[in-house]
This record gives sequence, structure tokens and C-alpha cells, in this order.
Amino acid sequence: MLPKYDIIVVGAGHAGCEAAMAAGNLGSRVLLITMDLNKVAEMSCNPAIGGIAKGQITREIDALGGFQALVTDKSLIQYRMLNRSKGPAMWSPRAQSDRVEFARAWRTYLESNPNVDLFQDLVIDLTIENEIITGVTTRMGFKFSTKSVILTNGTFLNGLMHIGKIQIKGGRAGDSASTGLSEKLRNYGFNIQRLKTGTPARLDGRSIDFSKMEEQPGDEGGGVFSYLNEGKHIDKQRSCFIVYTHSGVHEQLRTGFEFSPLFNGTIKSIGPRYCPSIEDKIITFADKDRHQLFLEPEGRDTVEYYINGFSSSLPWDVQVKAMQLIPGLENVKIFRPGYAIEYDFFDPTDLHYTLETRFIENLYFAGQINGTTGYEEAAAQGLIAGINAHRKNNDLPAFILQRDQAYIGVLIDDLITKGVTEPYRMFTSRAEYRILLRQDNADERLTPLGKNIGLVKDDRWQQFNEKYERIEELLKLIKGFSVSPDQINSYLEEKGTPGIKQKSKIEKVLLRPQVRLEEIIALITNNIYPKEIRDSVEIKIKYEGYISREKNSAEKITKLGRILIPENLEFSQFKSISTEGRQKLNKHKPKTIAEASRISGVSPADINVLLVFMGR
Amino acid sequence: MNDTICAISTAAGNGAIALIRLSGSEAIEVADSIFVSKRKDFSLKNRDTHRVYFGTINDQYTVIDEVLLSIFKVPNTFTGEDVVEISCHGSQYIQQQILHLLIKKGARLAEPGEFTQRAYLNGKMDLSQAEAVADLIASTSAAAHKIAINQMRGGFSNELTGLRADLLQFISLLELELDFGEEDVEFADRTALLKLIEKIEQVIIHLIKSFDLGNAIKNGVPVAIVGEPNVGKSTLLNAILNEEKAIVSDIAGTTRDTIEDTFNYNGVTFRFIDTAGLRETTDTIETLGIERTYQKISEAKIVLALFDANDPNEKVAKELNAIIEKAGEDKKVILVRNKLDLSTEIRDLEIIGLAAQINISAKEKTNIDALLIEIGQAMQLESLENNEVVVSNVRHMEALSQALESLIRAKEGMKSGISNDFLAMDIREVIHYLAGITGEEITTDEVLGNIFGQFCIGK
Repeated sequence: MLPKYDIIVVGAGHAGCEAAMAAGNLGSRVLLITMDLNKVAEMSCNPAIGGIAKGQITREIDALGGFQALVTDKSLIQYRMLNRSKGPAMWSPRAQSDRVEFARAWRTYLESNPNVDLFQDLVIDLTIENEIITGVTTRMGFKFSTKSVILTNGTFLNGLMHIGKIQIKGGRAGDSASTGLSEKLRNYGFNIQRLKTGTPARLDGRSIDFSKMEEQPGDEGGGVFSYLNEGKHIDKQRSCFIVYTHSGVHEQLRTGFEFSPLFNGTIKSIGPRYCPSIEDKIITFADKDRHQLFLEPEGRDTVEYYINGFSSSLPWDVQVKAMQLIPGLENVKIFRPGYAIEYDFFDPTDLHYTLETRFIENLYFAGQINGTTGYEEAAAQGLIAGINAHRKNNDLPAFILQRDQAYIGVLIDDLITKGVTEPYRMFTSRAEYRILLRQDNADERLTPLGKNIGLVKDDRWQQFNEKYERIEELLKLIKGFSVSPDQINSYLEEKGTPGIKQKSKIEKVLLRPQVRLEEIIALITNNIYPKEIRDSVEIKIKYEGYISREKNSAEKITKLGRILIPENLEFSQFKSISTEGRQKLNKHKPKTIAEASRISGVSPADINVLLVFMGR
Repeated sequence: MNDTICAISTAAGNGAIALIRLSGSEAIEVADSIFVSKRKDFSLKNRDTHRVYFGTINDQYTVIDEVLLSIFKVPNTFTGEDVVEISCHGSQYIQQQILHLLIKKGARLAEPGEFTQRAYLNGKMDLSQAEAVADLIASTSAAAHKIAINQMRGGFSNELTGLRADLLQFISLLELELDFGEEDVEFADRTALLKLIEKIEQVIIHLIKSFDLGNAIKNGVPVAIVGEPNVGKSTLLNAILNEEKAIVSDIAGTTRDTIEDTFNYNGVTFRFIDTAGLRETTDTIETLGIERTYQKISEAKIVLALFDANDPNEKVAKELNAIIEKAGEDKKVILVRNKLDLSTEIRDLEIIGLAAQINISAKEKTNIDALLIEIGQAMQLESLENNEVVVSNVRHMEALSQALESLIRAKEGMKSGISNDFLAMDIREVIHYLAGITGEEITTDEVLGNIFGQFCIGK
């Protein structure tokens, strides 16, 4: 008799691992099933975590008690804080990871969790009774019963890889595809479509002449992703390299276009516009005579490099010949060719905010299966699905993050209300309240919530409280401190800003963009405050005006959210709402005006129509 | 929502004819049940749309009235629903009888503004156009009518649509630099962005300025008549209005209160404000009057500064200048020298904000027409003739002012070199306020679409 599980997670990628870990840590008995236990949390594309908007998500996962940041820190080979010159909402941490160490670290965390069982097999069928899921069946014929299932199949559902005319069934180079599940679920009303993505070649570093490229090192002193690791840093970092294509490279690539599955009609599904293949870039931006490429080291000790920007599904020989025209790559050898992959995804508008499906109770979807792309987006969904599956099984209220609370809230709300037409990636511009959703305050925003639901453990909670006590302490010191002209004027003049005429509050002086807290903190106190505390305090003081304005407008929207739409309102009666808007409203049946306003295809003008109608 | 509504659409009271309007999915059926044509087997249902039919309205066998009935079938109707209009004779009794009949047959009495609201709900007009309908109905002068009709036809919306395209471009450039700063894209230089912001600023300022005119026209252009006691203010007002509105006497300080009256000249309504005199006094009632004079001058667009042509009081001129200075710089002052009939020699005066000067005799009604022409010119009514967009709605004005405030913040931020994320916040606010007028926000999808369409993104 096989044990009965509370939650079965299908797939051990970035979504699956977070889901299993979160549910296990909350106390659920979890079974994590994956095709290949040696490939837990593979970085199928580039060996990097974070970046603009994505780094914020990883920080949020960490603040809630997830693991992506911790795993990243264990495998870190380069750390950069992007956008330091912009406002604090734009600061975004980015890491290069050692691909192998990353996977190993995840596996170690999973193995250390007594509530998580691991099993290597392929799930080929789901047991569904009265539209409630009760179990899964594997290829080897085992049947596991469970209270809930989280599907995190990534690109594996009917995955089909393309290199020139060659087509290979599989979810990733070297791995087979997962068939049968889509077909099974289609019968329950799910809307299943195809998306496309691609990945570039991996190169042999021994064959690259880096002297012809521009080196991009990590930040001096490095940095970390997890709040738990604050104050630590990495000793030795590896650099990335920047190089450009030229018209000769483009000419060479063009010779293969007739064989390109993208152009000869073999691939019909839509790929991400922000991450186009090199052949797409040449066609769409024909007037651009060069494109930037970015070489990322695949690990601490390996010679393998990932060539970011050169994703392609052109025939292998065309890829090689074109690459060898690039300065520094004249003699390049390739470890693995680039390829395009098509896969099934499920329309995420068929999900609840908890990521439970609308059609089958206790079945959850997380990650690329929902049409997203990116390890960070996937992990965030895994975390939310894991938490909510556990909570529903234990009759606890749903855990839903709002758009002004977290990028994770923006992500899930976008998926559910707007759906996807191309692989969905997070951008800061997707967030209305960018200035509230910063990487420095993810813990302030979310750790108390993580504590409430039981995911934040005592050590993190204690560290969090100590940190914010010190922040309060420093804020108080600053607010009560005034400087005289002779104390500060030489510093101000040196910074190119006029001196003060009389004794002034230091808080006011700090508002000047030229003035940095770390440079004047010695005037205020002899206490030593670590960098993250100084940063946090400085942001709170310098940007107070913007932050409070944004908070006010978030509150206004929250108020709008409280305007309830009558149940069973027949939206098709409103002829001034576009046909699409009416259909979407009828499908989603939004409960509030705020929810309705975010549904894609529903315009603000449509919302006014609803408001006018309900105002009667 | 599609139930059938009815109402008397002409003004209350006994006119020669009256119009009763019906709108809704059953409008034709309801009308058909009480309308009798002389033609055999006549039914409104199978009649062509946009046609007029003659017949009677009958309550069973009793004929209530002979009427003309127009039918308008969807989709080309005012409300976007089937509409029937019944023109009957203007007796209140007949109107009420027909209305009762319609209600008996299944229609419901419309609530105020419900026809326009339905037009809006059925996509026949946007919010600012719907507001214009209300203004159109309320318009009391040719000029107010012109503004309203321009707005109803979408003039204002079109102007904002242009701004929206500029703002979309602007925010896209900001977001490009924010979200794709790591990519190899060229960013717009700040001077070009600053130019764009200044262009948008100019358009908004222009619209805001037009509100002064728009509001004045909608509610009547306020014209204050000031001068020392007994210089003939009330006589002038009477000359213009041609009626004895103000109390006229030879005792200085007779006009104790401000009296308003409107006068329509060349399609524009002017709201004349007669004021108590300009003179220091111990009389408590008159002190109150002078206080109001100050107030009225600050409300006025145009100030008619009335002086005795023979004996211009320079002290009073000084006092007037002080008031005008205090009241703000946008006053158009017309120096009016009265009592031309008694004049022997005309003396000059220095007045602030002088737009024109003219000599009249209020008593003899000399040069009053010329004065009215000067008043019209002072209002710069030519912008109306050029079909320029004129803002006349307070809600629009508020939204524009808030948009301008955010825009100026963005402009200043830009000059001081703040980061794009803060600029983007200010610009989002601008968009939000402008969208409040027509209801068209710019969405993230649109911004990203614009970015991906224009720039090569993706390493």
C-alpha cells in the first residue's frame, strides 16, 4: 500500500521545488515526482538569477520564507546590483550562478526537509473524481493518492525542439517530453495553446579569445540575495563578456533562413518579444547593423559559456559559421547547439488567485505551464501554489498578495485577469506601485505575512525584528539631529551643492541628491550601521514624498476595490462595452470594480460604464 | 436596463406643440398600441425607420389628440435603442394623458438625464460628450451653444487623443530605459524628452486658459461697473439693459446692494454687475457695499471704470487701481467717460490693465453700442469663431489642473536630473488625470507594445 500524500508536486523545476519545500515546511506530507532526480532545479536557459524586476521577485520569495535566494547565494559566482544610478525602485540584484552548484543546493534543501519525499518517474495520468483530483499515475504504473496536485511541467508538455529541419520531441535538450496530460485535461474544458521559446548555444571557453571582448566584472565586494545572508559576501567572482555581431554575421545567418522553422512555417506559436532569436532580430530590425551579445560563465570551475542574445533554431552549421565571424569567436567550438522549443501552456485565466484551477478542485498549476518565462516567475508561482494547497487542505483562508504588496501579486493578478499572448516576463513597468515594491524592503513588506502563515521560521523572524529595530533607531537619531554650517558646509561645497546658512535639520540636508548618508553618518552617530540598514534609512528619508504619494494612490485604488459588482450582473447588456470586454467580464465575473478594471480587454471607459450603471 | 422609458421632452407649460419621447426595446410596440393611422392595417413595426407618420392617439375609443409620430430604429438613434417621438398639441392635459397611456402600456417614466445616460451606456458618446449634452440643453447663448456642440461632437476628446499619443510615446521612452537598461538600446536624449513635455504643457495650459472663456460664456461673462457714487453706474446699466432695474436717483450712494442682470449681445451672455460706489464712508450700509465692490471686481472678467468726463476724480482712480492690482492681472478694464452730454473738455486718467477707453452719455444713450463692441473685443471671442476647443466644464478643468501640476513636477524633476522611475510616476499621474476626462487610460500592454514595436530588445 503506497502512502497517501497531502500534496503531490509534479515536476522538480524552479516552481516545483519551491512548491514542495513551502508545503513541506508548513507541515503537509509532500511527494515530489520528477523524470530525473539528477536534474532537480535545472537552469535550462542562462545560469543567472535576478535582473530588473526579476531580482525583486527573488527577494520577495526569500522574504516570505522561500528558497530561491538561498540557493542562489550558495552557488553565486558573480553579483551585480543593476541600476544603482537610478532611483531605489530600480535597483535590481542579479547573480551569475554555478549551474551545477545551484541544482545541488536545491537538492540538498529538499533532502533536508523531512516532509518531502522524492520520486523519479513520469506522471502520465491524473485521477479525477467528480471534478476533484484524487491522485496521479506514473509511467511505471504506480498510483499515488493525494488531497491535491500541483502541476509544474514547464516546457515538457508535448515539448518539441527544433534545430533547422530537425525536430526532436522533448522538454529540454537531452530530456524526453511529457505526453498525455494535456489531452486528458483538455476534456475538462481547459484552453490549451502553444508557446515557443529558444535558447542559444553553449560554447567552449578554451576556444574563445576574450581579449577581443569587453569584460564585465561583478560588483566590488559582491553581495547576496537572501536577507538571511546579509553582511556576507563572495570572495572570488567570475566575469561576463560583451561582444557584438556585425553585418557579416547577419549575412551568414540569412543563408540559413530558408531552413529556419521560424520562417518556413514549421513553428507557428508565439515567442517572447523581449527575448527574440537572433534571426528574428535581423528581420525585425533590419536597419540595425549590430546586436549585443553577452557571454556568461556556466560555473565556477567550468570553461563552458552561455552566449546570451544568440538564441537560434537555425541549422547547426549555419549557427557555427555565423558565430565564427564574431570577434573573439573565430575558432569557437560549441558544446551544445541552440534550439527553439514549442510547448503546451494552459490559459491562466482559468485559474483562481490561489493558482487552483477553475475546472478541477485541488489541482494547481505553477510556472511555465501558465505561460510565464523565467526562473523567478516560476518559483514565485510555485511558492504561492504550495502555500495555498496546504492552506486549502487545512481549511485556512487563501493567501493572496495584492498588486501594491509585491511583484508576486502583480504577476498572479496579471496572469489571471489578463492571460498571456506571449511568454510572460515581469517588468517593473507592469507594477503601478513600483516605488513601493523595492528590493530593499521586500522583507518589510512580506516577512510579517510569511510569519503569519508559518513559513517564516524563528531565526528569520528574529533577524528581521533586530534589523528593523536598528532601522527605527537610526531614523530616530537622524530626525532629531541638526547640523551647523561649519560642520557640513565644506562637505556640501565639495559635493557641488550650496552650503547651509544656519543650523538645519540633517533630514533636510539628506534630501539633496548629492548628499549620501554613508558620507555624513559620522556626524550623527559613532554607532556602526551595516550597509543595508543605512540604505534602507536613506531611501525612507530621501524618497518619502514619492513613497507617500504612491501609498495614497494605492489606497484610492483599494477603495475602488471595495465597490462591489452585483452578483449575476449580465454584462452583455452593456453595448458601450466592447464585445471583447463584455465576453471577458462574463467569463471572469469580477467581484469588485478594481478586479474588473484589470481584466485585459476591459478599458477604463468600460469601467466608467459600470460605475455609471451601478450609480443608479 | 432595456426597459422602455418615456418623458415629455419639451419644457413644462402650455406651448403650441409638445414632444414626448420613448426609448427602449418596446418603444415601437408601446407606441403602436395607442397610435391609430387612417391607413388600413397600419403597424409601426413594419414601417421604415427615420420616418414621420400622421395619426391619432387613442385611449380605447376616445381620441386624445392628432399627432405626428417619428420612429427611429436601432442602431442609428440618439440613445442606441429604438426611439419614438410623439409631437402632440401643447396642452398640459393632452401631454399628461398621453404619458399616462404610455405608462399604462408598459413604459416607465424616465429619470432626469436617463436618455443621455442610455446613449452613454450604449456607446453613443463618451463621458465628455455626454456632459456636453447637458450643457447643450442648458445653453442660453449662441456662444455657449457653440462650445457645447463642439464638445458633443468630440472636439475636446480629439484634442486629448492627440495628447494621449504623445504621452504614450513619452512613457514608453521612460520605461524603455528603466526596464531595458541592460539591453543594447539607444535611449532618447533628455532634451528631446524635455521638449515633448513642454509641448504637452503648452497644450494643457492652453486648454486651461480656455476655461476662463468657456466658463465665462457658459455662465455669462461677468462685467463689473465701478465708479464713484453718482457717476451714473445705474444709469449706464439701465441704458444697456433698457429697463429700470437699478434704483436711480440723484442722491449719491443710493445703490446699496449689487444688482445683477444678464444681457445677450452678439450671441454672448454678459452678466452685468452693478456695484455700490467707490468711496470711503462711515455709513455702515455703504461700507458693506464697498466691500462687495471689491469682491465683485475680483469675480469680474471685465471692469467698466466709469468716470465723470468733466471731473474725473483722480483719488478714485488711484483707489480703483489699487483694487484692480489686488484683484489680479487678468482683468480687462475699459475706461468709460460718462456725462459726455455735459462735457466741455475731456481729461486723461491713468488706469491699470486698460484694454480700451470710450466716451459715452448714459443718460442720452450715446455710444452704448460702441461700448458693447469694446466689451466683446475685450473677451477675445474670436477664438470661438476659429472653432478652437474651449473647456467649459468644471470637472474637466480640475482634471486638467491636476494634470498640469504633475506635469510641472515632471518637468522640474527632469531639469534637476531625477531618475526616470520618479519621472514615470509623475507622467503616469498626468495620464491618469487626463484619462479621467474621456476615460481612456494607457495600459501597460500598450506601453510594452509600443516599446517592442520600436526598439530591438533582447540580448
